[in-house]
Amino acid sequence: MITFLQQLINGISQGSAYALIALGYTMVYGVLRLINFAHSDVYMFGAFMGYYIANNRTFQARMGTSLFSAMVVMLLAMVLSAGLGIIIERFAYRPGRTKTRFTLAFWLGVLGAAFGDLLGHSFAAVVGGALAGIAVGVVGELAGFRPVQQDTRLGLLIIAIGVSLFLENGGQLVFGADPKLFPEILPSKSLNIGPLNLDSPKLIVLGVSIVLMILLNVVVNYTKTGKAMRAVSFNVDAAKLMGINTDRIIAATFAMGSALAAAGGILVSLLYPKIEPLMGVNPGLKAFVAAVLGGIGNIPGAMVGGLVLGMAEVMAVWLGSSTYRDAIAFVVLILILLFKPEGIMGKGLVEKV
Amino acid sequence: MKHTIRFVLLALCSVLVLAACNGGTPETATPATEIVIGEYGSLTGSTATFGISTKNGIDIAVDEINKAGGILGKKVRVIVEDDQGKAEEAQTVVTKLITKDKVVALLGEVASSNSIAAAPVAQQNMIPMISPSSTNPEVTRKGDYIFRVCFLDPFQGYVMATFASKTLKLTKVAVFREISSDYSVGLANAFIENFKKMGGSIVADESYNKGDTDFNAQLTSIKAKAPQAIFVPGYYTEVGLIARQTKKQGLNVPLLGGDGWDSPKLTEVGGKDLDGSFFSNHYAVEDPSPAAQKFLAAYKERFSTVPDALGGLGYDSAMVLFDAIKRAGSTEGMKIRDAIAQTKGFGGVTGTITLNAERNADKPAVVLEIKEGKFIFRETISPQ
Amino acid sequence: MRKAIFWIAAVLILAGLQTQLVGWIGAYYYKIVILAGINIILAVSLNLINGITGQFSIGHAGFYAIGAYTSASLVHYGESAIRGTVAFLPRFGQDTVLLLLGILVAAIAAGLAGVAVGIPSLRLRGDYLAIVTLGFGEIIRVLILNIDAIGGARGFSDIPPLSNFFFFWVFLFVLMTVGTIHNLVNSSYGRAFISIRDDEIAAEAMGVDTTRFKVLSFVISSMFAGIGGSLFGHYTAYLNPNSFTFVTSFYLIIMIVVGGLGSIGGSILGAILVTVILEAFRSLSEFRLVGFSILLVLVMIYRPQGLMGSRGMFKFKRRAAVAK
Repeated sequence: MITFLQQLINGISQGSAYALIALGYTMVYGVLRLINFAHSDVYMFGAFMGYYIANNRTFQARMGTSLFSAMVVMLLAMVLSAGLGIIIERFAYRPGRTKTRFTLAFWLGVLGAAFGDLLGHSFAAVVGGALAGIAVGVVGELAGFRPVQQDTRLGLLIIAIGVSLFLENGGQLVFGADPKLFPEILPSKSLNIGPLNLDSPKLIVLGVSIVLMILLNVVVNYTKTGKAMRAVSFNVDAAKLMGINTDRIIAATFAMGSALAAAGGILVSLLYPKIEPLMGVNPGLKAFVAAVLGGIGNIPGAMVGGLVLGMAEVMAVWLGSSTYRDAIAFVVLILILLFKPEGIMGKGLVEKV
Repeated sequence: MKHTIRFVLLALCSVLVLAACNGGTPETATPATEIVIGEYGSLTGSTATFGISTKNGIDIAVDEINKAGGILGKKVRVIVEDDQGKAEEAQTVVTKLITKDKVVALLGEVASSNSIAAAPVAQQNMIPMISPSSTNPEVTRKGDYIFRVCFLDPFQGYVMATFASKTLKLTKVAVFREISSDYSVGLANAFIENFKKMGGSIVADESYNKGDTDFNAQLTSIKAKAPQAIFVPGYYTEVGLIARQTKKQGLNVPLLGGDGWDSPKLTEVGGKDLDGSFFSNHYAVEDPSPAAQKFLAAYKERFSTVPDALGGLGYDSAMVLFDAIKRAGSTEGMKIRDAIAQTKGFGGVTGTITLNAERNADKPAVVLEIKEGKFIFRETISPQ
Repeated sequence: MRKAIFWIAAVLILAGLQTQLVGWIGAYYYKIVILAGINIILAVSLNLINGITGQFSIGHAGFYAIGAYTSASLVHYGESAIRGTVAFLPRFGQDTVLLLLGILVAAIAAGLAGVAVGIPSLRLRGDYLAIVTLGFGEIIRVLILNIDAIGGARGFSDIPPLSNFFFFWVFLFVLMTVGTIHNLVNSSYGRAFISIRDDEIAAEAMGVDTTRFKVLSFVISSMFAGIGGSLFGHYTAYLNPNSFTFVTSFYLIIMIVVGGLGSIGGSILGAILVTVILEAFRSLSEFRLVGFSILLVLVMIYRPQGLMGSRGMFKFKRRAAVAK
């Protein structure tokens, strides 16, 4: 009985980690109908930003270790990741929607920087490469290379996969492929209720996910921006006709989703302090399954889906073997989709003829 | 028209890039002036310190041999490939080293799964391969061109079982193995077999996967069986995390392990939660033998840090190979192979190396204790 | 008659190339050529589901894995029994029998899996179907991880090689795959597939049995993927579940989209390009995938219809153009 309760606690803590990431997936999908595969890598980026900020000597000297400083770390990481999200949206997803300038310049600049690093291994080489790339890109655009309108979701999906691969491997290049230890920015207190073990990080993760979910729900349902987001999710063109600046709303959606991902990254790093550039791959997939499970596009659904998935996994590991863990997510998903194709809390899909 | 131009430009760019890449890769060595050796290891990834330590040891050996004039009048050059710690990659890079770079011999790998994947390629192409530290017996069974300079896991399992049963006087131990590693599974089985023979009992047997970060479910199950210690024959990244989560669950028992723990990163990840744990290894850095001390000094001078056993084994594997090439008097695969097989009483940094009929080395093991982030020598256990 | 001549000529040419190729281009590039060939089989078969029938399937690695492991298991465990029954043949003949038997078993097993995946496809559309197919691929991989008899997480080694003529076998099957799918597309079956892609409801209204054809496309496609897997396993003589992850499925999707969805020639081109780029860039270590991913994004932004253009794709804004 005690073991069961302990496993339940394990499951909830694992599940709230998935829920945090799932929130971002479900938001972006709800507004853009896009499975943003790069989301899990923004999660990784957030964790690394937190790592570098917390390990920064000046920061440590000024802030020390406390609940407040931990929150500052998280907020800074969220802001930086929101910025990354906006950049990704602007240069990877928007070119398929509207005519955008400097797309080629941006990507060739990045390519040039990576190339410069490959050939020169010095800061000057990287900058030089970047400038060369940007120059070629600007010339190319003037010569007539313009992004083509994306007609298909598959095309956007491939771009998302491409951005994800780019962030993962770029991360390996920039941060180093070896795992790092996330610093303990929050002293971990062990709370023992009888023989059950609960420690403060587990409670904090659960608590913060719930708070963020409520906040997100408030923003989406009770603010003007939220109303605009909902409008865009119903029909982009009609929203434009209503005077909504859809580009800005979409950028805001990405910013919020990315900030949530970063929060998830930091909170999970409190629980499992090993971080590395590929840390988002597996949790990202599971979190996406959780989002679909709960009804993609549905915010409380993401939370429910995450918790259900977390517990299913822990039970599977306890009763079976840990190597079945990855499959459980999909088995549960398939079962639920077969009986309720719109997910646990999803609205019914209306098929118009 | 516009589309055609774009397509042509794209094609042109790709061709240029491909040409540049292949032009940039090093030319295959001219056999007349150099002896080219291939090295493969995990230079990146979760077991990166394995590959890097081994490479450092090999680098010291190469420098030493080249300073002394090389072998057979030629300088030695080592081409290093990163397999990222993945078995499929190991197979691919070894194929490249053999077919493209035309190496005459191979050094690698540390992790048994990777050696097992790559060995058949070496065997098929008749290129001798010396593994510095793969301990799973299966590695050298892949063929008579495959050798190793370290001990085997059946022996290592015996070592830790002996230590647990005779020195620590334990009777109830839980086992927590990495299911995706030949090394971990083999070592776990060896430990279980020996520990039971000595009268102990295994109260729990759980497994985890490479890259896992959450072990709470399995640890909760283990805790319920009240073991006196947990045998975790895994690699350092996961072991460190396991130690933390074990202590967090309130399970205050020592962890026992094998040479997969050997890394400076172990205590970085595990912290003081590893204090009071023990693991078996190939040699202790404080070994007073002159060869070990000389190597320690050279390593410290070049890399500003103390070597681990893998660095020592990397050095020894390279030196054994060079010695064999010298004795063979040629760079022909078959001749080098025969010479390696005859290695007897070779004085290495990690001990005296004699290769037996199964192409393995019979060497003693040491047991180290972890105290305040340092590895302290406890005892030596020799083969029966 | 023409067909017979074509096939005899093909066999002779391939056999001839087989004997000379390693000498011409070296063992390293030979390996890349063979991998490209296997990827062509996989990509062209995947295109049948995604490009021609318009079903969103991103779990192809699962069928690939099933083919590889069933073939390897059959040969590993059944070797002596099978050799016994054909003992009258010379060694070479026995090896060929084993290989062909393995390929056959692989195709059947993968085909059955195709049925299992095809059935849920009837209820699900678009993104949901994608997730379920992704899920099947992952479930298969995890199942393999847990079966110790085929090596589990440590990988399946000791697969008998059976042949030194893999170039011949792989490209023979490449020709068969491309030929079959090309003929399929240009037949009444193909018109049914394309009609499902262009407008499923209209197709249903016109009397096309969409159920039957959707499942059929999955089955045919998965059978060829199984064949590719079998060849892969016997060529590398080592199988590891990590070669069959969803990233592998993603690379296959990239091949067909970059080549041009719905275009068989595009899939061939895409397979070759992606294989070569991934291998050719190997010497650039970390830069390899960074460069690859940026190129991918650029190709999709500037030429989303793929290099060979398209014969229609998923549209959510416009009606599909009538297929040529």
